[in-house]
Amino acid sequence: MKILVCISHVPDTTSKINFTENDTKFDTNGVQFIINPNDEFGLTRAMWFKEKQGATVDVATVGLKDTEPTIRKTLAIGADNAIRIDTAPIDGYQVAKELAKVAKDGEYDLIIAGRESIDYNGGMVPGMLAKMLGYGFINTCVSLEIDGNTATAVREIDGGKETSKTELPLVIGGQKGLVEESDLKIPNMRGIMMARKKPLNVVEPIGNEVSTEAKKFTKPAPKGEVKLVDAENIDELINLLHNEAKAI
Amino acid sequence: MSILVYTETENGKFKKASFEVASYAKAIADQTGGSVTAVAFNAANPQELEKYGVNKVLHVENEKLQKFNADAYAQVITEATKQETASIIVVSQSANAKYLAPLLAVNLEAGYASNVVEVPNTEDAFTVKRTAFTNKAFNETAINTSTKIIGLSTNSFGVHESETSAEIISFEGAVTDENFKINVESVDKNTDKVSIADAEVVISGGRGLKGPENWHLIEDLAETLNAATACSKPVSDMGWRPHGEHVGQTGKPVATNLYIAIGISGAIQHLAGISASKTKVVINNDPEAPFFKAADYGIVGDAFEVIPKLTEKLKEFKANNA
Ligand SMILES: Cc1cc2nc3c(=O)[nH]c(=O)nc-3n(C[C@H](O)[C@H](O)[C@H](O)COP(=O)(O)OP(=O)(O)OC[C@H]3O[C@@H](n4cnc5c(N)ncnc54)[C@H](O)[C@@H]3O)c2cc1C
Ligand SMILES: Nc1ncnc2c1ncn2[C@@H]1O[C@H](COP(=O)(O)O)[C@@H](O)[C@H]1O
Repeated sequence: MKILVCISHVPDTTSKINFTENDTKFDTNGVQFIINPNDEFGLTRAMWFKEKQGATVDVATVGLKDTEPTIRKTLAIGADNAIRIDTAPIDGYQVAKELAKVAKDGEYDLIIAGRESIDYNGGMVPGMLAKMLGYGFINTCVSLEIDGNTATAVREIDGGKETSKTELPLVIGGQKGLVEESDLKIPNMRGIMMARKKPLNVVEPIGNEVSTEAKKFTKPAPKGEVKLVDAENIDELINLLHNEAKAI
Repeated sequence: MSILVYTETENGKFKKASFEVASYAKAIADQTGGSVTAVAFNAANPQELEKYGVNKVLHVENEKLQKFNADAYAQVITEATKQETASIIVVSQSANAKYLAPLLAVNLEAGYASNVVEVPNTEDAFTVKRTAFTNKAFNETAINTSTKIIGLSTNSFGVHESETSAEIISFEGAVTDENFKINVESVDKNTDKVSIADAEVVISGGRGLKGPENWHLIEDLAETLNAATACSKPVSDMGWRPHGEHVGQTGKPVATNLYIAIGISGAIQHLAGISASKTKVVINNDPEAPFFKAADYGIVGDAFEVIPKLTEKLKEFKANNA
């Protein structure tokens, strides 16, 4: 089984979010970048398929050279081979088109992407990629088993879960649940050393028109002071929630 | 010009999000001129949409489409868009809508903006305001394509009535076997509980609750308010609660009317995912907990004392205001 894991390189979850160039660009100054958490769950699941079912695991990122430390980390975790498509990601459609090219060339059986990137929260790439390739697609996937050519997947729906079966090739939009938090691996020294020898192939983008473009950023208005209510005076809280906030 | 909305149903009944997307589409129609067409699958009463400004309902009554299937539903909406020559399509941000929107975007070669919170600005370029960085910022996004898909964030626009009369047209929607690559085997839905996505009120518990055996406190409180229950990430990581209840940046987003956080410190990753909620209440015994900076109302106190009292007082309140 050949697996491709799509990796999005995103600011650490604790990052201060600021903008530059007249609020048109995200300010990367002092920002630590990480593997998108949803992708890390997917990559770890891919490692399981590698160990238990002999799968080979490639990773792909659409991004400029600054994404390479993130890509190296995926190799240190255990991916066999990395592909970087050398262009700045602008929107989901463009990224999906670039990935579709790589995915088609590599003839993967399973493509694991994340439910969403935690930076722009698009929630677009995996579905678009699946449709462009004509593969099946399961979003918000929290469990995935592969037996021969058949996949059994569980997806999260509003208020529950849905189990389905499908044939490979398949694209999933994954998230926590694919593996447990405790299964995530911090790369060890050996992994880091091996990662240096693994191939990181840089490929030229096909280049295509972008359908959407982020023009300007703003930050939410600062929040007012919290109103504290005495623990002995619950009636006051109920009064405020009813009459002031109109929340109950 | 026609604006198309995907109006979701559950067991034949429209979800609240359907009325919200319809109201939103009506606002666009008022601004740009045009009419609103809804695509509804297996609705018991499609006529209901006319209360929210929908002029036409394409009603899909197809045996094959009884159950949600992202690709097949996207195919039907694609055809509807073409038939109506619609240039704007509005969907909600429910799990199902988020599932099908990217497929629809490829079918129609349309630009798709998700997490939109306001009516588009159509003056110069067509731009929408959407959240980014999990609610830590907003971003104005231009949609350059001629067909545009808008994913409207839950509760960001609200439901607005606008009585009109709607024509109900039966719509076939030619789906093929190709659209059914994914075979749903079973659905496991907690039917006697409201989901986080649909709830008006969410009661969320953190590590401060000490262990799963104390969750009856959260559940009793939730039941009193007809609320959904949620939790912080470590609580689900430790298996105290199911993963589906984990909210925050890496969990489910919460955009509810009232969010009550109990024994949750208010880490940045938690706050990001819940900050779209209108009113936030925190109950924590540590006055220094960061959540107090993000909340509207707070009680400094011990959860084990405060929750039972709050539940009891709310029961009284409900009884008096029924
Ligand atoms: C990549 C990444 C992603 C993450 N994503 C998320 C996410 O999506 N959602 C999320 O929630 N977290 C997320 N986290 C974790 C986050 O950083 C915090 O660790 C987590 O939110 C803390 O959970 P908590 O508030 O329940 O626990 P704690 O931080 O341990 O806080 C417990 C709180 O309970 C209070 N308390 C204790 N006893 C009582 C009592 N008797 N009565 C009242 N209050 C009491 C304490 O004062 C304290 O404030 C993420 C972390 C990382 C690194
Ligand atoms: N620039 C990128 N390179 C590779 N994969 C990406 C990129 N952006 C997004 N993805 C994948 O698509 C998923 C969803 O991203 P998004 O649609 O941007 O929210 C991510 O979790 C990744 O798996």
